[in-house]
Amino acid sequence: MALSTNEIKDLEQHAWQARQDIIDITGWSGGAHIGGGLSVADILVILYFKYLNVDPKNPQWEDRDRFIMSKGHAGVAYAPVLARKGYFNFDDLQTFNKFKSPFGMHLDCLKVKGVDVSTGSLGHGLSIAVGLALGARLQKKDWYTYCVLGDGECNEGSVWEAAMSASHFKLNNLITFVDRNRLMIDGETEDVMGLEPFADKWKAFGFIVKEVDGHDFNQLSEAIDFAKAEKSGPVVIIANTAKGKGVDFMENEVKWHYGGLDTDLRAQAKASVDKLYGKA
Amino acid sequence: MSEGLTWTVYDADSMTQAEIYGQVLCDLGDQHPEIVGLSADLANSTKIGKFGQKFPERFFNVGIAEQNLFGVAAGLAKSGLTPFVSTMATFVSMRACEQVRTDICYQNLDCKIIATHGGASFGQAGSTHHCTEDLSIMRSFANMTVIVPADGIECANAVKACIDWPGPVYIRIGRGFEPKFYDDEEYGFQIGKAVTLMEGTDITLICCGVTVLQAMEAAKFLKENDGLSVRVLNIHTIKPIDEEAILKAVMDTRRLAVFEEHNVMGGLGSAVADVIAASGKGCAFTKVGIPDCYCEVGYPEDLYTHYKLDADGVIETVRQVMQMDFEEDDDWEDEV
Ligand SMILES: Cc1ncc(C[n+]2csc(CCOP(=O)(O)OP(=O)(O)O)c2C)c(N)n1
Ligand SMILES: [Mg+2]
Repeated sequence: MALSTNEIKDLEQHAWQARQDIIDITGWSGGAHIGGGLSVADILVILYFKYLNVDPKNPQWEDRDRFIMSKGHAGVAYAPVLARKGYFNFDDLQTFNKFKSPFGMHLDCLKVKGVDVSTGSLGHGLSIAVGLALGARLQKKDWYTYCVLGDGECNEGSVWEAAMSASHFKLNNLITFVDRNRLMIDGETEDVMGLEPFADKWKAFGFIVKEVDGHDFNQLSEAIDFAKAEKSGPVVIIANTAKGKGVDFMENEVKWHYGGLDTDLRAQAKASVDKLYGKA
Repeated sequence: MSEGLTWTVYDADSMTQAEIYGQVLCDLGDQHPEIVGLSADLANSTKIGKFGQKFPERFFNVGIAEQNLFGVAAGLAKSGLTPFVSTMATFVSMRACEQVRTDICYQNLDCKIIATHGGASFGQAGSTHHCTEDLSIMRSFANMTVIVPADGIECANAVKACIDWPGPVYIRIGRGFEPKFYDDEEYGFQIGKAVTLMEGTDITLICCGVTVLQAMEAAKFLKENDGLSVRVLNIHTIKPIDEEAILKAVMDTRRLAVFEEHNVMGGLGSAVADVIAASGKGCAFTKVGIPDCYCEVGYPEDLYTHYKLDADGVIETVRQVMQMDFEEDDDWEDEV
């Protein structure tokens, strides 16, 4: 079902907040993976504020939907979304990166409420997601497993081992996203290690492919509804995004994969986000 | 060491460990057309990208695919080339563990690995990026040589020396923010030979990597304040280990303490303990590192302090070891 105007307004507000938060955390932590945090922010927002059947008051609720941030370096985006969802106080994130903090750059399921799987070493998430989805089916549970991959991450052979098994086991309770921002650390994905024809690869591995604008809530919503309804096998949503989305001087800039922000840059970045959301 | 090269002193004040090795590799590349470079989307972060910029046709970035990385390196080595491969220590030793062991070490291939972000040097990144197991893993692979340079200068020495050292070599460095220790390269670096940084008779401090600087500072302090005569050994090569230097330390000082940025199991401390145990000599001994747990999150300096790997921690440990009892035989030679 199409999103209502109010829903969109609500999601946009969360997305604005997430981007502000990402900028703040990057500033006070000394450095974070801001580029890929900003590109995946809208996917996180729509999942946590519209789709995921979770209960922040009961993070281990056994019938909850599972979520795996396989591109674990996006902890800088994942953590504030969890905070705003109500898992913990946003101010706790002041300790991000610091000594004995529960919040390292890559979120840890033993330390952070709401995190189902510790990630950070790329290429692990989808296999774990396959296991979770198989486990749900075997135990006749109707929760879904959602997994977000980076596009560079899809260089890892393990991603394709997992993909092969997801379609072999006909997992229709697994919804995979790829944050297709076309950049990794050493450059553009197509220059470092070409992924195209990317959608065809997923199709060849037995997935049903939906390509959307990963910053458009209507398109994301439509694709997720489609994936949830699809019964024949796994769906991958290739979300075309811009790394650094929302901060004009970071957008599509490879050097902003990881970085820090001083007070001036933080203000500049926030102003740019405000402008995007018509709050300037 | 390779002939015909005049080595400049690397500008260790302004260059990180990784930048220095990147530069060394560029210099070596001119003399050694058989050298090829490889990385896995970390060419810039590990600085092997410098070699890639200078010799684009001899450099291969395989994308984020570490198992493929070491398989490809094995193939290049089998074709007669000498691959230098660089990625984060955790992904070398754990993600690509079997490729390194079976495809490279088993065949004793000439493949040189420069593993960055070792230990807790990327402490703020969390458990997935901490690497406190690699020395143990790599040490257990037959044919593998394992080196942990104290700083960029020593890393340069290790990279140069490993060209003429047959078989696979694992050189483990940090993230690039480690302070320099050596002023220049002329201190007699040799693979497999400990460097005696300070002579002493009361206790021997054995260290590698970032702990070298800390142990030296502690030793100077202990000399002045506690009147202790402290020997400091930089055992940069964990394997093959310098047994002679360790046995001599046992004989001369009878008290040994090992400091390393690694789990206390399986790394330098264990390698030293093996030598002591086999000698049958009694001595006071302790090893300090990450105490068989997963490291906390935090900036490396805070973690080094927490795990007693900074100068204060070393001082504290030395004072404890000086109090330790051990079985001492009058007739030392009879003890075995
Ligand atoms: C197994 C593994 N290899 C290397 C890294 C280092 N690393 C962190 S992020 C990154 C690039 C990721 O690119 P991509 O998946 O496209 O993420 P995004 O562009 O969304 O940030 C790399 C190589 C890692 N975390 N894990
Ligand atoms: Mg990307």
